[in-house]
Amino acid sequence: MQETPVKRPTMALRPPIPRERPARTDADLARRTPKISVSHLNFYYGAKQALADVSLLIPQNCVTAFIGPSGCGKSTFLRCLNRMNDLIDGTRVEGDVLLDGEDILGPKVDVVELRKRVGMVFQKSNPFPKSIFENVAYGPRVAGTRHKSVLYEIVEKSLARAALWEEVKDRLDDSALQLSGGQQQRLCIARALATNPEVLLMDEPASALDPASTSRIEDLIFELRDRYTIVIVTHNMQQAARVSDRTAFFYQGELIEAGSTNELFTNPTRKQTEDYITGRFG
Amino acid sequence: MTNESSTSVMQAERPLYRRYVTLQSAFMKTLCVVFTLVILGILASISAYLITKGFRYLSWDIFTQVPIPPGIEGAPGGLMNALVGTCILIGLASIVGIPLGMLAGIYLSEYSARSWMSAPLRFIADVLTGVPSIVVGILGYELVVVPMGGFNGFAGACALAFIMIPIVARTTEEMLRLVPNSYRDASIALGATKARTILQVVLPAASGSIITGIMLAVARVAGETAPLLFTALGSRLLTLDPSHPFPSLTVQVFVYATGPYHDEQNLAWAGLLILIALVFVLNLSLRLTVYRLQRHRPAGM
Repeated sequence: MQETPVKRPTMALRPPIPRERPARTDADLARRTPKISVSHLNFYYGAKQALADVSLLIPQNCVTAFIGPSGCGKSTFLRCLNRMNDLIDGTRVEGDVLLDGEDILGPKVDVVELRKRVGMVFQKSNPFPKSIFENVAYGPRVAGTRHKSVLYEIVEKSLARAALWEEVKDRLDDSALQLSGGQQQRLCIARALATNPEVLLMDEPASALDPASTSRIEDLIFELRDRYTIVIVTHNMQQAARVSDRTAFFYQGELIEAGSTNELFTNPTRKQTEDYITGRFG
Repeated sequence: MTNESSTSVMQAERPLYRRYVTLQSAFMKTLCVVFTLVILGILASISAYLITKGFRYLSWDIFTQVPIPPGIEGAPGGLMNALVGTCILIGLASIVGIPLGMLAGIYLSEYSARSWMSAPLRFIADVLTGVPSIVVGILGYELVVVPMGGFNGFAGACALAFIMIPIVARTTEEMLRLVPNSYRDASIALGATKARTILQVVLPAASGSIITGIMLAVARVAGETAPLLFTALGSRLLTLDPSHPFPSLTVQVFVYATGPYHDEQNLAWAGLLILIALVFVLNLSLRLTVYRLQRHRPAGM
């Protein structure tokens, strides 16, 4: 029997762009100054090149999502932005990363200061085995805050911004490890906010959470957008579509395409992007 | 389904085979239970013997009097000098041995990732843990007692510290390695330096198990005799000055137990009981501390 080739309906497979959390418009995005600008970034793990000639602008007070299949370099790129890759032996980085126009890769840069300005939330929630209060107060303490009353104020404000205050206000001295997975991740967000960063990097912050907790984290990202510049790495295209204003697609260490989320998900210019967002690979 | 698995399923369905398997399982369990009981019995009878024997000669005088030589009124006196001496020796050895051992352990776990020193250091520490204590005693004699011109308490403390350091170093290293890297990442990402991360996050997270390790090292040196025979020598006098020959419970017990006088042999039994009680109390109090510290620890750490 003869088979007729089936034409795949690509439009139907695209992740829907939700409207309940409106993304910033293209005009708005174009008006914003870049918080972080990266140009010609190369990154190597030993001899293996993990990032090749990546150039990207990350606009202020917007959510920028990095998507791409596993091993495409999106997490490596994220970790370049607060120099967490410094902790890994045998890595090398070339190119420029500017935060508010200042170079952050140079040997004279105070990485401790940088990491206070660029906070980070990890894939697996990693609260310290300390009390809830001590977890959030850790960053301010590191920064030199000593007064209990000031610390308490910061802890309350940070937990409130992370939408956790109401749930934990009566048990700040309990162990952070008694919280549920979703609460622990919001605690980690509160902990990152407590140092009053300008940029918040999130490495797949919801990938280990159930749908309800994921939704809360996404709401939170949307609320935090006006105060912080947020960069989120995600495996989940729907999530990128739901929370981000801009999206960058990485593939095999290269930045294939970056643009407003609306544009990238409805009208990608590159074939690889089209294939990835319609679920043909990755 | 492969041939192999279908055979085993068929075998399992054969009643004879099933009875054999059940019997085998029961036999194994009985064996384990019986031998556990045997060992428990041996331990209990040894403890009981020690306690009854030592308890009989235990008196208030032991804690308040120094040894009185045989033939003089009030002999054999007590072990007060030895008790004080052992406490001071353990204290001095801990002051030197615990910080040095912990620092070495921290270096091995946190700083030595790419250093050529780490492998030899770890190997040497492992070898030193297994060195017979008589070797430490002779070494202490050669390297400390002879240059200092005589037996003294400091030399004894050095010898004990030398036994403690590798144990503390290796336990600290092992326990720090169990701390998840995500704690370190989180702390670094919050702008903490490496030193601060180690002091405030990594060490506290492992504190319970490190304290247990230190405890084992202290208990181990509390019972050491051979290294002290050649360094601190022992003394019948009550002294707080470790620059002279220095008393210790273990050496005192050794001297009394090998001596000809019944009174002193009985005193040795009481001394043994006190030594065991000392280790027991140390252990218990540290375990309680650890238990309180561990309120915020994840399970299993």
